[in-house]
Amino acid sequence: MDQPAIEIRDLHKSFGDLEVLKGVSLTAHPGDVVAVIGGSGSGKSTMLRCINMLELPSSGEIAIQGEAYGLHPARGGGLEPIDPKQVQRIRAQLGMVFQNFNLWPHRTVLGNVIEVPIQVLGVPRDKAIARARQVLARVGLAEKEDVYPSFMSGGQQQRCAIARVLAVDPLAMLFDEPTSALDPELVGEVLSVIRDLAQEKRTMILVTHEMAFARDVASHVIYLRDGLIEEQGPPEQIFGAPQSAHLRQFISSVV
Amino acid sequence: MPDFDTVTPLPPAAKGDFSAMFRALLLPHRIVMLAIALAGLSAMVLMMNWSWLPAYLPKLGEGLLMTLYMLVGSVVMGFLLALPLALAQVSGPAPLRWLALSFCTVIRGTPLLLQLWLFYFGLGSLFAQFPEIRGTWLWPYLRQPWPYGLIALTVSFAAYQGEVMRGAFAGVPNGELEAARAFGMSRFKVFHRVWFPRAVHRALPTLAGEIILQLKSTPLVATITVTDLYAVITRVRQATLLTYEPLLFLVAVYICLSAVLILALRWLENRVPTGH
Ligand SMILES: Nc1ncnc2c1ncn2[C@@H]1O[C@H](COP(=O)(O)OP(=O)(O)O)[C@@H](O)[C@H]1O
Ligand SMILES: [Mg+2]
Repeated sequence: MDQPAIEIRDLHKSFGDLEVLKGVSLTAHPGDVVAVIGGSGSGKSTMLRCINMLELPSSGEIAIQGEAYGLHPARGGGLEPIDPKQVQRIRAQLGMVFQNFNLWPHRTVLGNVIEVPIQVLGVPRDKAIARARQVLARVGLAEKEDVYPSFMSGGQQQRCAIARVLAVDPLAMLFDEPTSALDPELVGEVLSVIRDLAQEKRTMILVTHEMAFARDVASHVIYLRDGLIEEQGPPEQIFGAPQSAHLRQFISSVV
Repeated sequence: MPDFDTVTPLPPAAKGDFSAMFRALLLPHRIVMLAIALAGLSAMVLMMNWSWLPAYLPKLGEGLLMTLYMLVGSVVMGFLLALPLALAQVSGPAPLRWLALSFCTVIRGTPLLLQLWLFYFGLGSLFAQFPEIRGTWLWPYLRQPWPYGLIALTVSFAAYQGEVMRGAFAGVPNGELEAARAFGMSRFKVFHRVWFPRAVHRALPTLAGEIILQLKSTPLVATITVTDLYAVITRVRQATLLTYEPLLFLVAVYICLSAVLILALRWLENRVPTGH
């Protein structure tokens, strides 16, 4: 049996009285590229952030490579991890790319990329550096390893953030609108790196507003609206023959 | 590999480039100011009475050492104490937060001179009443005045620096910490690798100013009979009946110390160019 890389079952999440996710289920098998689309405020980021417990679910279950997060009811309501160590261990196998890059500005490009392998995974320094140089070459930043992030363009910073994820060779990669903070002329360089990774059959969940790109690289598309999956399927179906009126309207409004 | 049109970033401004600094000194108005300063200095050297200086040099050296000792000791220990004070206020449970906040507010809201006297006359005479304390190895130190000066200066620096570090910790963008957590770092690792170094770097520009303020507070310890540089100079004045020369000497030493501190911290700050 093919173990799902990521499995979400009936995920609910509220912030106070605001119910943001109202029962989302999703399965991503190894090699799947799941694109998540939907209007702003529909809960896309929240869903993604629940996958690595940056947000704690209110209820529901999430399993990474068959291992479910151990959660128990928290005092203030909702759930919390039984064992923070387990959460840390699972997180180290997931790589997240943020909208605002979130590089560590006090470390060089190389310093950012070797940080997690050395500090979290315990990789020896020389091995980590060799691996970092490989992934930096992949994202086109081989020349930049001694540069501090704030001296690079947004596109270069985001490619560095992707290299930082590749360096841990994650089970799955989580992208939260990786090109939304970029100037239009820099979007292409980041998308082409992500496209490479998708073609390499890396498991990823990709929240994006780039519809043409989603259609191109996704194996499966999810349309989130108001905290629920309103429609999902292969990209040809979602973009070619959308069923729901909301989805049709959303697609025409974005394109 | 796709061919990226890379944007070539501007090279970081050459910092600490001494020939550039030297050239900047040669601007016309600076030349005039330098000339005036030199003239003033030579007038002081030639026209004033410095014959006392050689005889008192050893004493002055001891005083300078005591001043430096008070400064470095209180800055280092005060900074270490400031960290828990700041962290308690940023992310501690309510009682701890309240405690740290009150401590910082009370210390910052009262004169250092008063704290110094309270520690020296209050704590000092309290300790003397306990034979248990008088019997320990600590007593030879505790019967001298300098530990009380050091304690007061340390506590004061901790309170001010605690406030600075509170702001610095709170100002580290949350996304950077979140990225660290998302990659599986433990709470300690997040602190040690991201939160702390980022906060210190943000606090460095104000740290230079705080340390210089601290340097200027050290003469207060002379009031509890610690023989720092200021106390030595006071004795020189009493012994030689000179007014200005010893004071000018004191000014020169404090200016030199400040300049060294400013340069050292600027160097430290420039080692990590975060660009914003
Ligand atoms: N930490 C939070 N506290 C309170 N409300 C939040 C928080 N994070 C997100 N929300 C709310 O949840 C909703 C969904 O947010 P989000 O998942 O970021 O949407 P999307 O990524 O689809 O734009 C929004 O209404 C947002 O205001
Ligand atoms: Mg979002």
